[in-house]
Amino acid sequence: MQEFQRRNFHVSRHPVASLILRRIGLALVTLLAVSVVVFALVQALPSDAAEALLGQNATPQAVAHLRQELGLNEPVVARYFAWLARLLSGDLGRSLANGLPVSDLLRDRLANTLFLFLVSATASLPLALLLGLACATWRGSLFDRVCNIVAASLISSPQFLVAYLLIYLLSVSWGLFPSSADIRPGMATQDKFYVAFLPAVTLCVIVVAYMLRMTRAAILDVLGNDYIRMAILKGVKQRRVVVHHALPNAIAPIAIVVALLLAYLIVGVVIVETVFVYPGLGQLLVDAVGKRDIVVVQAVSMIFATAFITFNTLADIVSIICNPRLLYPRA
Amino acid sequence: MVSALPVLLAVTDLSIAANADGRMDPILQGIDLSLNTGEVLGIIGESGAGKSTLGLALMGYLARNCVVTAGSVAFEGTDLFKLAESRRRDLRGVRIAYVAQSAAASFNPCRRLIDQHIEAAVQHGLLEPQKARDEAAAIYGELGLPAELALRFPHQVSGGQLQRAMIAMAMSCRPDVIIFDEPTTALDVTTQIGVLSALRQVIRNHRLSGVYISHDLALVAQMSDRIVVLRHGRVVETADTATMLQAPKDDYTKSLWAVRALAKPQRTDTGLAPELLSIEALDAHYGAFQVLHNINFSLTKGQAMAIVGESGSGKSSLARALIGILSPTNGRVRFEGTVLPSSYKGRSADQLRRIQFIYQMADTALNPRHSVKTTIERPLKLFFKLPSAMREERIRSLMAAVELDERLLHRKTKSLSGGQKQRVAIARALAAEPSLLICDEVTSALDQIVAEEVLKLLLRLQSEMLLSILFITHDLSAAKAVSDRIMVMQKGKIVEVGEAQQVLTSPTETYTRELIASIPQLRVGWLDEKISAARAKRQAI
Repeated sequence: MQEFQRRNFHVSRHPVASLILRRIGLALVTLLAVSVVVFALVQALPSDAAEALLGQNATPQAVAHLRQELGLNEPVVARYFAWLARLLSGDLGRSLANGLPVSDLLRDRLANTLFLFLVSATASLPLALLLGLACATWRGSLFDRVCNIVAASLISSPQFLVAYLLIYLLSVSWGLFPSSADIRPGMATQDKFYVAFLPAVTLCVIVVAYMLRMTRAAILDVLGNDYIRMAILKGVKQRRVVVHHALPNAIAPIAIVVALLLAYLIVGVVIVETVFVYPGLGQLLVDAVGKRDIVVVQAVSMIFATAFITFNTLADIVSIICNPRLLYPRA
Repeated sequence: MVSALPVLLAVTDLSIAANADGRMDPILQGIDLSLNTGEVLGIIGESGAGKSTLGLALMGYLARNCVVTAGSVAFEGTDLFKLAESRRRDLRGVRIAYVAQSAAASFNPCRRLIDQHIEAAVQHGLLEPQKARDEAAAIYGELGLPAELALRFPHQVSGGQLQRAMIAMAMSCRPDVIIFDEPTTALDVTTQIGVLSALRQVIRNHRLSGVYISHDLALVAQMSDRIVVLRHGRVVETADTATMLQAPKDDYTKSLWAVRALAKPQRTDTGLAPELLSIEALDAHYGAFQVLHNINFSLTKGQAMAIVGESGSGKSSLARALIGILSPTNGRVRFEGTVLPSSYKGRSADQLRRIQFIYQMADTALNPRHSVKTTIERPLKLFFKLPSAMREERIRSLMAAVELDERLLHRKTKSLSGGQKQRVAIARALAAEPSLLICDEVTSALDQIVAEEVLKLLLRLQSEMLLSILFITHDLSAAKAVSDRIMVMQKGKIVEVGEAQQVLTSPTETYTRELIASIPQLRVGWLDEKISAARAKRQAI
């Protein structure tokens, strides 16, 4: 009997912890897989780094020499593991375009992108959740319908179009904000905000439109459950029904919405930074692709992938923790 | 006597319609009924009769797309639908409480039972939380639930206990009326009887008024003083329970009563027929969990055997093992003299053809976009090479055999009624000319009258075509209606096998006896007898 109880206790304490560990393990495996893909894609480019560096007029001898120097003659698998080992030890390599350490190139850019990301996330996250919640609570109302139509049209138009529309209105016509976001190191914070305003708004508009609809659907899904009707039939007030009965059950789907929102912001950065000439990672990536600066492309891609996988893993962990069936297993 | 009591709830000429894509579908039409203080009113009807809509309307609640098109629901003289939402809220949970069909769905999975139990009393400002918790413990005791159970989450509690916990929750504000909407339908019969007894005690002890909604006549008869019969959203007949049982007036009511009398005539020749199927020492697992333990039985040609058991007894797993979807981990299935490969993948086309399966949900077993013709034609094309004229002829004769109107030939199956769909499924199975038909709960999704017709059809087909049938069911009266032999299963094991009559009238095993005794009977006082018998037994111990 005691043995039985101990075993039960063991089993009952562990599912959540082991599920979370497994999830994290899976995230690492995914990251590894991404690194293989990133490495392989760059290998598949028509010319290699040596040719790209030296340009079309290079002598074959010079190219061969550089290949030797860059280690490009090693077998692919060996090069992958060498690259991975350097990556793990924090050595991102040197830019092929200007010979600078990639980590130096990244430092300011990463800070700028994070700034833009944080500003848009802090603005869009509460806005999207509140609007979604409001739409779900007043389903079918004028408010709900207007939100839905606006959101649907924003989602259907490409991001750069929204960006150019904003530039046309707020920058060209009314002259309120600069159209190109020239952020320099050592800028005062309020100036940074001012300069980053248009790119941040562009990111927010699209992301809020998306997330509003997903939040609305997630809450409506929960509100359709029998226990919500039971709460109403117990005479519980509408607000309490939403806050006490619907929200706790909506945390998991909302966490997924939030993770998608953050991931979307990271991806959206590439286009928005390019449009606004914002000196961040996205622009760096686009430039590096243009210059065939393979080392930089690999580093930036890995940063984006890590962010993406981290957000999704966090969302999964939140849904695991919020599931009472996993948290409180049957005795 | 009835008129002397004050009327608590009065429904007058109530009509409710549902908005379906701009079109108004009437759900209830001109309903008149009243509930007196201290009375339990039974509402009986088949699915789609509008029972649940009526039950919710008694609390002044409408589903999102529904509107009241006429009439009123008055609680102590005030029309619930004319009240402000806040005034309705004051009544809900406090004066009128609700018990739903599925406790598993009606409890919030994220909150402990106790928090949900005391919510109404605390939110309405009737009790302090601590006092409410103390009272909850008392009600739990009254319903035969341990008080610690309240600290659990819904998923940690069994179905029967959860249903009791929901009844306890409805009692938390000491309401005047409780609306019970099919409160035991989701339970097995042996669990159901405990919940029914608890329910009856609570109603008696607290002099509750109640509305008891169910499709099961025998249950309504146990619980209510008066019965209202509902059909197609209208009241067909109202009478006190005894009168309704003895002298139903309306034809529809009479037909409901007649369904339960069905029984297969006993056969004597079954021992002589050659053996068709024999199962030898069959074990099966889902992962590490063993679902079938050493199953042994045999079936002769032309015999109908019912496999009876509650949910989780392994009866459907056995069927899955026979058709080769679930590969047994031990033992053999011998069919017409040869051992069948354990997986359907290893079986020949002819072996597959000779065992046909009919599912519980004809809705999901038939392709909704196929016509009746296409559906029945499939096995004909697959197994037999017939010229198309003969195939057409065959389809028509199969439709005639299952009593389907020939005019339905080109209709899509999704446009058919539940009973018609099940007939198409039977015709499709027969098209393969099987020697064994496995029917898995084929009547449980159907209303009583339709179920009876389907049972009669199976009975006729079986004797005409000399089919062997395995009839899997949780319903002993359905088993009685179609089978020569009955096999009772529990927890993956065979409890008892025997001639149908013998198993039903003189079962040898305790579990079988309990199962039979738990089936509600259609007479006043059956439940009370069960309750006093149980009490006498407890006292004896």
